[in-house]
Amino acid sequence: MIRAQQKPLVEIESLIGQAKNVLVLGCGTCTAVCLAGGEKEARTLAAALRVSAQIKGVQREVRHSLVQRQCEPEFVREVEEEALWADVIVSLACGIGCQVMNERYPERLTVPGVNTCFLGAPIEHGVFDERCQACGDCILHLTGGICPIARCAKSMLNGPCGGSQHGKCEVNPSNPCAWQLIYERLLSLNKLELISAILPAKDWRSARDGGQRRIVREDVRL
Amino acid sequence: MKVGSRLEAVLSSGHFAVTAELGPPKGADLEVIGRKIELLRNCADAVNITDNQTAVVRMCSAAVAHILVENGVEPVMQMTCRDRNRLAIQADLLGAYALGVRNLLCLTGDHQSFGNHPQSKNVYDLDSIQLIQVVRRMREEGVFMNGEPMEGGARFFIGAAANPFADPFEFRPLRLAKKVSAGADFIQTQLVYNVPKFREYMHRVCDLGLHEKVYILAGVGPIKSVGAARYMATSVPGMDVPEEIVERMRKAPKEKRTDEGINICVEVIQQVREIPGVAGVHIMAIEWEEAVAEICERAGLLPRPSPQLPEGAAK
Ligand code: SF4
Ligand code: SF4
Repeated sequence: MIRAQQKPLVEIESLIGQAKNVLVLGCGTCTAVCLAGGEKEARTLAAALRVSAQIKGVQREVRHSLVQRQCEPEFVREVEEEALWADVIVSLACGIGCQVMNERYPERLTVPGVNTCFLGAPIEHGVFDERCQACGDCILHLTGGICPIARCAKSMLNGPCGGSQHGKCEVNPSNPCAWQLIYERLLSLNKLELISAILPAKDWRSARDGGQRRIVREDVRL
Repeated sequence: MKVGSRLEAVLSSGHFAVTAELGPPKGADLEVIGRKIELLRNCADAVNITDNQTAVVRMCSAAVAHILVENGVEPVMQMTCRDRNRLAIQADLLGAYALGVRNLLCLTGDHQSFGNHPQSKNVYDLDSIQLIQVVRRMREEGVFMNGEPMEGGARFFIGAAANPFADPFEFRPLRLAKKVSAGADFIQTQLVYNVPKFREYMHRVCDLGLHEKVYILAGVGPIKSVGAARYMATSVPGMDVPEEIVERMRKAPKEKRTDEGINICVEVIQQVREIPGVAGVHIMAIEWEEAVAEICERAGLLPRPSPQLPEGAAK
């Protein structure tokens, strides 16, 4: 899922500026799961903004609400009334949700209340790790189910580099070396031949390097 | 010979080769380069020019390599994949070739977080092995990476790095095999201080028959101080400096420590020279180029041979 982290309160306040009516809008999917922008976080942030406004003597009404999936225009229709009441909407969804709100309600500014970080998985409670960079041409079948694009600091296709030691990545010793993991997994699967062959240079057109990407499904288009 | 560089001539005629290293200045000062060239001139068959080494901005390696060519010292230009995509890499290769560079060392490159612009965006469009493939196709097929023919080929003697001390140890010889099959002609290894481990690595490399397909130069270098030894032993990923070496440096009297660093280097050279499959040494004494002449002298590596270069080969 998409992983995000809430922005600091002071930053969010600066994004709100002088707005009188503020809607904090959580999302019930990814950012809820990573504890950055679900119902609870939206409620807490709204309360914090209220308290802060009170202390500073700013006249401001703050409400909060939730959309189950802020990344889909269908879903954000549900909050039309609150959205149009607000001067500024603070989105606690990922960058997609924030943009969908801006597209759906162009007369209102929706500002990001979280930093969208990566596509990842929890490795323990409260710890999330990156797993995928959505490169558009998945090669996990070649690398033992471990992604070198997202998890090797140099996105090497023929690792490990010379800095891999004691299973740690040279760039950040709190991360495992992705290529050490790949080696071990393929060794245990008896499939080392997969990385004994040279993986050719990647065609990055399917990744972001080809410009903004779009998927068209003719079969389900209306 | 594939290219006819002096380094290739030395290696292919069976001489024990010596390469050294020159770090370009952190500025546009030509004098520094001239001084380092003179320190290395008669000690090495070719001199590596580092490419933004440890991700610290320095004068570009192609320009410095060209200055060496003009001064009659043969460069090995280092090229990393960190700062350039495939367009820039190929363009720089053409430029370097046109300026007389004939030896190239293909590297993935240290991550920018180690350097002095950690805020930068990295590239890593290719990795070192894919870069070797690109350079080989340029030489053998006269084409760019996309298959389009080049107007006038660029023919490099292709080098690559290998680190026998990085993990997983068992995979390192296989990864070297990948570099060889990609097209590497010579290899320069990470600094060797743990000779037994290096011997074991070379044993495995020879078992795979790689020493017959590629010239392997063992990386060696003098240690300047106890602090440097300790730092390399504990804080440089991929380095293996055994505790005995740190101890030897520590036990040496203070005013004799740099001598001890040179002693160790000379001993390592003598030891690796006896290991089957080792075709030469690559002496890394960056910012201590003064030490290279003494090391070469004491290790019995001087004078350097003057191999017959083919007609019309690189200057
Ligand atoms: S190979 Fe590409 S699509 Fe597959 S996990 Fe890695 S980044 Fe994601
Ligand atoms: S240590 Fe491993 S994960 Fe880190 S850059 Fe090197 S190969 Fe990639």
